[in-house]
Amino acid sequence: MRYLPQTDKSRAKMMDAIGVSSVDELFRDIPKEAFIDGLADLSMHKGEIEVGREMASMAVKNMDASSVPFFLGAGVYNHFCPASVDYIIQRSEFLTAYTPYQPEIAQGTLQAIFEYQTYIARLTGQEVANASLYDGSTACAEAALMAMRVTKRKKVALGSALNPEYRKVLEAYLHNLDNTEIIEGNPNNDTACLIVQSPDFFGNIHKYDQYRKLCDETGALLIVVITEVVSLGLLPVPDMADIVCGEGQSIGMPMSFGGPHLGFFACREKFMRQMPGRLIGMTEDADGRRGFVLTLSTREQHIRREKATSNICTNQGLCALSFAAHMSFLGESGFKTLARLNHEMACKLADVMAEIKGVRVLNETFFNEFVVQFPDGTDVNALLEDLATCGVIGGLALEGAKMLVAATELTTDEDIEALTGALSEVLAGA
Amino acid sequence: MNEKTMMKNAGKTKGLHYEEPLLWEYSQGGNCGVDWPQAEGREPRTGVPERGKIGLPSLSEPEVLRHYVRMSTWNYSIDHGFFPLGSCTMKHNPRLNEKTARLPGFAHIHPLQPESTVQGALELMYELQSWLSELTGLPGACLSPSAGAHGELAGMMTIRRAHEQQGNIAKRRVILTPDSSHGTNPATAVMCGFEVRSISTSETGGRLGVEEFKEALYRTDPMGGDVAGMMVTNPNTCGLFERDIQKIADLLHEAGGYFYCDGANFNALVGKVRPGDFGVDVMHFNLHKTFSTPHGGGGPGSGPICCSEELSRYMPVPTVVKEGDSYRFETAEERPDTLGTLKAFAGQFGIFVRALTYMKSMGADGLKQVAEDAVLNANYLLSLLKDDYHAPFEGPCMHECLLTDKVQKEFDVKTLDIAKTLIEYGYHPMTVYFPLVLHGTMLIEPTETESKAELDAFVATMKEIAAQAAGENGHDKLHAMPLSSPRRRLDEVKAARNPILKYVD
Repeated sequence: MRYLPQTDKSRAKMMDAIGVSSVDELFRDIPKEAFIDGLADLSMHKGEIEVGREMASMAVKNMDASSVPFFLGAGVYNHFCPASVDYIIQRSEFLTAYTPYQPEIAQGTLQAIFEYQTYIARLTGQEVANASLYDGSTACAEAALMAMRVTKRKKVALGSALNPEYRKVLEAYLHNLDNTEIIEGNPNNDTACLIVQSPDFFGNIHKYDQYRKLCDETGALLIVVITEVVSLGLLPVPDMADIVCGEGQSIGMPMSFGGPHLGFFACREKFMRQMPGRLIGMTEDADGRRGFVLTLSTREQHIRREKATSNICTNQGLCALSFAAHMSFLGESGFKTLARLNHEMACKLADVMAEIKGVRVLNETFFNEFVVQFPDGTDVNALLEDLATCGVIGGLALEGAKMLVAATELTTDEDIEALTGALSEVLAGA
Repeated sequence: MNEKTMMKNAGKTKGLHYEEPLLWEYSQGGNCGVDWPQAEGREPRTGVPERGKIGLPSLSEPEVLRHYVRMSTWNYSIDHGFFPLGSCTMKHNPRLNEKTARLPGFAHIHPLQPESTVQGALELMYELQSWLSELTGLPGACLSPSAGAHGELAGMMTIRRAHEQQGNIAKRRVILTPDSSHGTNPATAVMCGFEVRSISTSETGGRLGVEEFKEALYRTDPMGGDVAGMMVTNPNTCGLFERDIQKIADLLHEAGGYFYCDGANFNALVGKVRPGDFGVDVMHFNLHKTFSTPHGGGGPGSGPICCSEELSRYMPVPTVVKEGDSYRFETAEERPDTLGTLKAFAGQFGIFVRALTYMKSMGADGLKQVAEDAVLNANYLLSLLKDDYHAPFEGPCMHECLLTDKVQKEFDVKTLDIAKTLIEYGYHPMTVYFPLVLHGTMLIEPTETESKAELDAFVATMKEIAAQAAGENGHDKLHAMPLSSPRRRLDEVKAARNPILKYVD
């Protein structure tokens, strides 16, 4: 077995040294009934050729975005990633390192994540950012929990249409705690936070001023949720928020059927000690040279146990590295151009779709996705299946014969033509 | 590249230890590492003013690549050498796993595509669920939790949901856990709205004692009616199998509680012992430990759970079901007792691909050999080191062994000094000061992917360190370690007292 360096000979020598005659003697504390009789009912070990074939045979059954016109978004986006990024994150030293508990031999990870924190703080206009959380949905739930700790209140208000997946996660997290409640609309004097997603789930862009005012009046924290991080290259900085969190997948991570992605989390400095997740800080070594360490860990579970700010004990390290590397290739001008290209392609898509008979674009404002209305009674799910048969992945079906569609810098004029062509055909046939 | 920064650093690099500035110190402005097509300059339809200056650096492709490659050389990794970090299972990360996860049919699919277009992905998830169920003897499987601690949350919320649906949640508020448990255990119980009752194990040989367990179970209710469940890692964090686990599980079940098993140490049992057969109701896995997916410098991990038939209806959604020859997600509408969704979409799918690739490579026979070699390797280290270091608990150990600095403390040399001296000799240290049941603990987990020769070299180094500690000026020598690593000991107090968490121009 190629991953196991021990041989029968070395095993025998080691058993001699320990003073046992069989390896099962080492398992003697385990109840007999718990042992598998012989081997588990699973296939036996296989070589690289065979496993590679089996995995490839499953992969080819999927219709992937690199081979068809593709218009899905709703929190996960099909973006370009420079070839160099994947080489960087596949460096053994990054890929196969552990959480940087021993900073003397983990400065690579630590400095990279310190730079990542700087990126997130600057993008969101916030004072501090953590080393990342699992994904946007859990980051949003953690933000609400943090607001509840800070304000000692139990209600959460939703100011704009929150991604339904995020909403479900928020509901599950809050359900654990007594007397919590999610309300839609404006906060009042017992609301912990107002959550505003912008662009919202339907692609509409919100101005933050009115929400800030509501929060100032009621003492609720303003949480801004960003599910498409590229939008921060074109839309105004959410610096008036108390917490900004969301999903960083668009910069550096493939869609990968929903994960692993990247939860980013930033807030005002005064709330720093209430933050969930890991933080990297700057310091010096014994010779006075600059270095980086995990810091403020007295918030965390391995020190505080039941009094910790969260049970989180890791981050999405490699995803944060991928984000930072991708961002570094883009730089200030490249990131802003990326945002503009997304918006322009979405504008083009909107214009072309609006010309299809029976199709209406509902958004007045949008970044790179928007909602279209089909004639009443259109079965959008069936329509999407028909599109897939034509080799096009359309958008996401919404209630009321609507569809959410996205365009990115990877969308081409030919893709748009393929979508509109197939749509016209399917709608005419219906 | 900024000329001033370059000159400032000239002459500071020694050998291959590059002094690498931060990106912002590098940047001179004006460069871009990506060539985009020209934007058309359309009038934006955003309804808001355009973003002003962000403050991102501007660098060319070779500059960025060199920056990251140089920083990478400051890291230690499992590909460098032995990484005996207890409780973390730093085993070899096969590159075949990386290759399969990058197949376009896995990497470039969207979680909301029509199910007819992702049958291969659903099949993969279904197969992984089946493997995990078979290996644990627990029929329910949910893959969505993002990491070990998230799997704990999923497991404990499943227990909470069960009590809720049975109408008992108001009185069942207590979770029992030994003091040797991972810090995530009590933190998770609190996130689920429970109270934590800790059971001491330092006087019972590092294991849970039946009498101590009973005392905790019946402390405030003679029937244990206020206890919701227990969280136990087995093998535990002292590297020992809980001998009385079946008895303890029976007592808990009689009192109406559920047994959550922290599966962080499943590497000792995989393919050989089924947790479902020693009383476990629900457990999580760390796919990044037992099933070889890379730790990535701190994630992404993946923490699926498996649970008993009884608890399956309460697990999170989504899970994958098979109907005839096709696969689909089971929704909350079909399983109304579910606790709901813990993560957007179906989980860390890219990690599922890697883990299943590994499982297929190892097979039933290989996985059993994993458990046996992991346990053999740990006992070998224990038997060779116990004369030089204090081994507090009677063996055999499972896949990791526990030592303390009791002997070396006589010479004013502490666990931290031993760890930092290992760095000087080219090793990543073991886990230090955990578990908390004793002072100065060192938890050593060799994993099955180390050879006898590698273990022998490590033993020789540990013996050398013990000799140095006992020798002349031992304290001074070891306290100064490490000397040759990219950085020497870092001032963590300074970092916490005046936190600098980002670069400021």
